[in-house]
Amino acid sequence: MGYQFEFGWIVEYLPLIVSGIATTIQLIAVGAVAGILLGIACAWVRALGPVWLRPPVVAYVELIRNTPFLIQLFFIFFGLPSLGVQMSELQAANLAMIVNLGAYSCEIVRAGIQATPRGQFEAGASLAMSPFETFRHVVLIPALQRIWPALSSQVVIVMLGSAVVSQIAAEDLTFAANYIQSRNFRAFETYIVATILYLALSILLRQALRGVGLLLFPRRAP
Amino acid sequence: MNRRTALSLFASVAVAAVALFATAPSAHADALADITKRGTIRIAVPQDFPPFGSVGTDMKPVGYDVDTAALIAKKMGVKLELVPVTSANRIPFLQTNKVDLVISSLGKNPDREKVIDFSDAYAPFFNGVFAPADVKVASAADLSGKSVGVTRGAIEDLELSKIAPADATIKRYEDNNGTISAFLSGQVDAIATGNVVAAAILERNPPKRPEAKFLIKNSPCYIGMNKSEPALMAKINALLAESKKDGSLTAIAQKWLGAPLPADI
Repeated sequence: MGYQFEFGWIVEYLPLIVSGIATTIQLIAVGAVAGILLGIACAWVRALGPVWLRPPVVAYVELIRNTPFLIQLFFIFFGLPSLGVQMSELQAANLAMIVNLGAYSCEIVRAGIQATPRGQFEAGASLAMSPFETFRHVVLIPALQRIWPALSSQVVIVMLGSAVVSQIAAEDLTFAANYIQSRNFRAFETYIVATILYLALSILLRQALRGVGLLLFPRRAP
Repeated sequence: MNRRTALSLFASVAVAAVALFATAPSAHADALADITKRGTIRIAVPQDFPPFGSVGTDMKPVGYDVDTAALIAKKMGVKLELVPVTSANRIPFLQTNKVDLVISSLGKNPDREKVIDFSDAYAPFFNGVFAPADVKVASAADLSGKSVGVTRGAIEDLELSKIAPADATIKRYEDNNGTISAFLSGQVDAIATGNVVAAAILERNPPKRPEAKFLIKNSPCYIGMNKSEPALMAKINALLAESKKDGSLTAIAQKWLGAPLPADI
């Protein structure tokens, strides 16, 4: 065990590390908000929406849930330009994360909606609410409350999965770690730092999502 | 056997031995004469380094170096014997006289120059910035405002990071495939890579054809031979000059690297 740890390089590369963290946070912030909204919309279609819209949504969900995230990312970044759809690596990374989280959160939210007792829909109808109002006020919030822990886990998974966007030269935290490692050849120390930073980001993200949960669902679960 | 005959026997053996050892080096002092007498030239070529040398579908060696070896043998009027080598054993094969020449994408450096001699250059080998014809770039300063794809940690990455202007965007990909895909899908204006990688792109006949814009590091390939072989050296250099003039070497470059010989070769 004669390994000499050397962390002096952190000072030199601090701006790169900070900008990498900022990129990762930006990616997950956009990805989580837009992805969950997309998931709720898809869940509504699959559980309660018009029948003709269901097959395309089912196809989307199955396609994304049964293919690797890296392939989806490459498809968007390297594949779509052949059809004239050119986007920067950050746009491609954002889009890939939204599409990915959208599919997973669709299934999670749908589980919450389907666990809603039939009587709640009837209660909404008896108060002269339209089906949409019933969904919005009576069904969705308790459904989200029920599945919030599962959804939070999925968001953290997507945040950790965002490490692969460094493959398309998006300069996230993993890109920063790989870049530094290829310059200072201190793989052990570099990835120790990256690991600690990802761990901290995950813990912060979980706390943030818990806070959002407390705001959205002030009453305790039944 | 009396003492005198024993002594004379010993003396004659000694003389013969001295004569043998004395003539042995002189027999190899002129490798060119040896080759002509043998009627065969033995040339070390790579077998695992496309496009310079690899094994074709018919299990025969093919590549830039193999074609160059065939050209040299043809112009010398002798039969060619190809000896497959690796990059680690190509110089020992020459030093132990298992081959007459090394045509094995061999670059020149001071350590190698101590042990073997080099002919004139016969093949280009360089890192540079490549872009389609309509991208106007002639030097590092022209990269201003442009995006350049590069493989992270490669020599091009380290060098380009030093010389590129501040407003050039360097996109670093994980491996050569990422860099190539980024170039072909138009995600970057130019790429910094080796001419061999550019040749691999050209081989696919892409809509965007990478052209060399400027060099980052130049290390052309030379033919290696044993030291103190002036006759062989003169002959090989004359043949190379002739091949460059009559276009046969440029044809090989065009075939394997997708580009004619650069002006400095």
